[in-house]
Amino acid sequence: MTNEKVIENKSPKKRKSKFKKVITRPSGLIGSVMVLLILLTAIFAPIIAPRDPFQINVMNRFEGPGRDFRLGTDDIGRDLLSRIIYGSRIALTVAIPAIIFGVILGLFLGIMAGYSSEKVDSSLIVFFDILRSMPALIFAIVVLTMIGPSVYVLPIIMGVTRVPIYGRLIRASTLMIKNNEYVVASHALGGSKMRTMFKHILPNVVAPLFIQAAMDIPVMITFEAGLSFLGLGVPPPAPSWGHILRTGYLNVRHAPHIVIYGGLALIIATLGFTLLGETLRDVFDPRLQRKGEL
Amino acid sequence: MFAYIARRALLIFITVLGAIILLFILFQFMPGDMATILLGPRASESLIESYRVRMGLDQPVYIQIFRYLSNVLRGDLGTDVLNHLPVSGLILNVLPNTIILAFSAIFMACLLGIPLGVFSASNQGSFFDYLTGFLSISMITIPHFLAGILLLLIFAVYLGWFPAMGAGQSGDIFNQLYHLVLPATALGLGWVGYIARLTRATVLEELRADYVRTARAKGLKERIVLYKHVLRCSIIPVIAVIGVGFGNLMGGAVLIEIVFHRPGLGYMIYRAIATRNFPVLQGGLIVAIFLYALANFAADLSYAFIDPRVRGE
Repeated sequence: MTNEKVIENKSPKKRKSKFKKVITRPSGLIGSVMVLLILLTAIFAPIIAPRDPFQINVMNRFEGPGRDFRLGTDDIGRDLLSRIIYGSRIALTVAIPAIIFGVILGLFLGIMAGYSSEKVDSSLIVFFDILRSMPALIFAIVVLTMIGPSVYVLPIIMGVTRVPIYGRLIRASTLMIKNNEYVVASHALGGSKMRTMFKHILPNVVAPLFIQAAMDIPVMITFEAGLSFLGLGVPPPAPSWGHILRTGYLNVRHAPHIVIYGGLALIIATLGFTLLGETLRDVFDPRLQRKGEL
Repeated sequence: MFAYIARRALLIFITVLGAIILLFILFQFMPGDMATILLGPRASESLIESYRVRMGLDQPVYIQIFRYLSNVLRGDLGTDVLNHLPVSGLILNVLPNTIILAFSAIFMACLLGIPLGVFSASNQGSFFDYLTGFLSISMITIPHFLAGILLLLIFAVYLGWFPAMGAGQSGDIFNQLYHLVLPATALGLGWVGYIARLTRATVLEELRADYVRTARAKGLKERIVLYKHVLRCSIIPVIAVIGVGFGNLMGGAVLIEIVFHRPGLGYMIYRAIATRNFPVLQGGLIVAIFLYALANFAADLSYAFIDPRVRGE
């Protein structure tokens, strides 16, 4: 609130670039640093990790943090720090494809709902409502139980649960611009429906979707961790944070360090992406603010 | 208004129906045939076949769906394959635990979130305001189940103040409340953040209204202006959000119930998946979906009640 006021009061000449605006806000700065930390960890995991995250050391089970193992070991003696470091890769390689899949499908269906006949529109709305009526986690649990844990199917299922949200967002923006002159002109000039939809409507409705998608990254990271915690996410022995937490939870009485450090990684990732996502939203599209708060 | 309610109610009916049909289709692809599960791997082919015929599993899918739907409408959700009890009875046994959990989570969230929001709005820009903002966002982002595990670690394992699992002895209300504290806190924590932020935003908006200036001008104490005048108006959107929250909590409750071994709807669904107990799974999912749709319906209604523009959508 206060930040917005400050910006409003400045003369147009002094307006900073959007990037600077993000960085100069405390939440944006903290968020960027945390996200950068996670990204660098994921990219340079093999260099940073002190040990092989898969190497089993039965002699060193449940060792507490110490000199050999900085953050201790897990139930079969694997180095916790290395597993947490490699876990950032899993978190991102599931969350980001899930968002991309949801965005593509939601974009396509949303534009179709907004620009097609009333029949198509209302049946797509009912489809969105049906999908929305299933609690996302329960839906994912059911489908993953059917097909078993899989790295390839996981992002698709997670992405599908976001389709109603993206689809409705795009539909609303499409409805707003569908009677604009350039859309009507494209139609009048004989442009096909596909051409109008994807060449003229798409570029003009996509911006709010990107912001929403950026804000969904932490949601997806949490989602993946929750599913892996249940043993339905990324199949073992992959070092997913959800797995690490599961191991820690099952041994919480005699090896609490696993839950504490594993949880810390998850908190840094979700908090960082949320702080950054919200700042991006406030800077680029303040109108979305109220919706995001619900 | 009436037309709007009717339209929303019809939409709920269609979505729940659609969800049931979707579930049924999904179940067709599930590995593990119900007859084989019930009769065990050693059952002879002919026995399995006769069971399939008796249960109607040999019929085409659409007939199965129709039969199931007509049973559901009569309140019959099938029979548990493991102990032959009616599924509806099992669900009625555990459902109160989940509903109590969700309600106490929301209650706790309001109890902490609303005062926090009002206070940080009335001290806008202060250190406390920033602290609340940061705490709120931290509470929102921490995953429910992680909050649950950490609370379990601190308050049940280290300090031993609260029990780690179960829902308490039935009949003993104090014991049940005692068992409720940790799960409800874990589930409600994120909503403390949401409600604090929402309250802050609406209070800030209201503070600019003319009636606030009037109230201040006639010499009312700031506290009375805040809590008696402003809060009354700014609480409405918060109430509307609670409807949405209740729906979301149904999903979050699954993991919390698993973490705390609390016998509720989510835990039942999870157990049913692990044991491939299809009728229980199906019944549990349908009830969960129905409750979720109902909560969303209530939220839509409260929005429409508050904001007349929604009705003419």
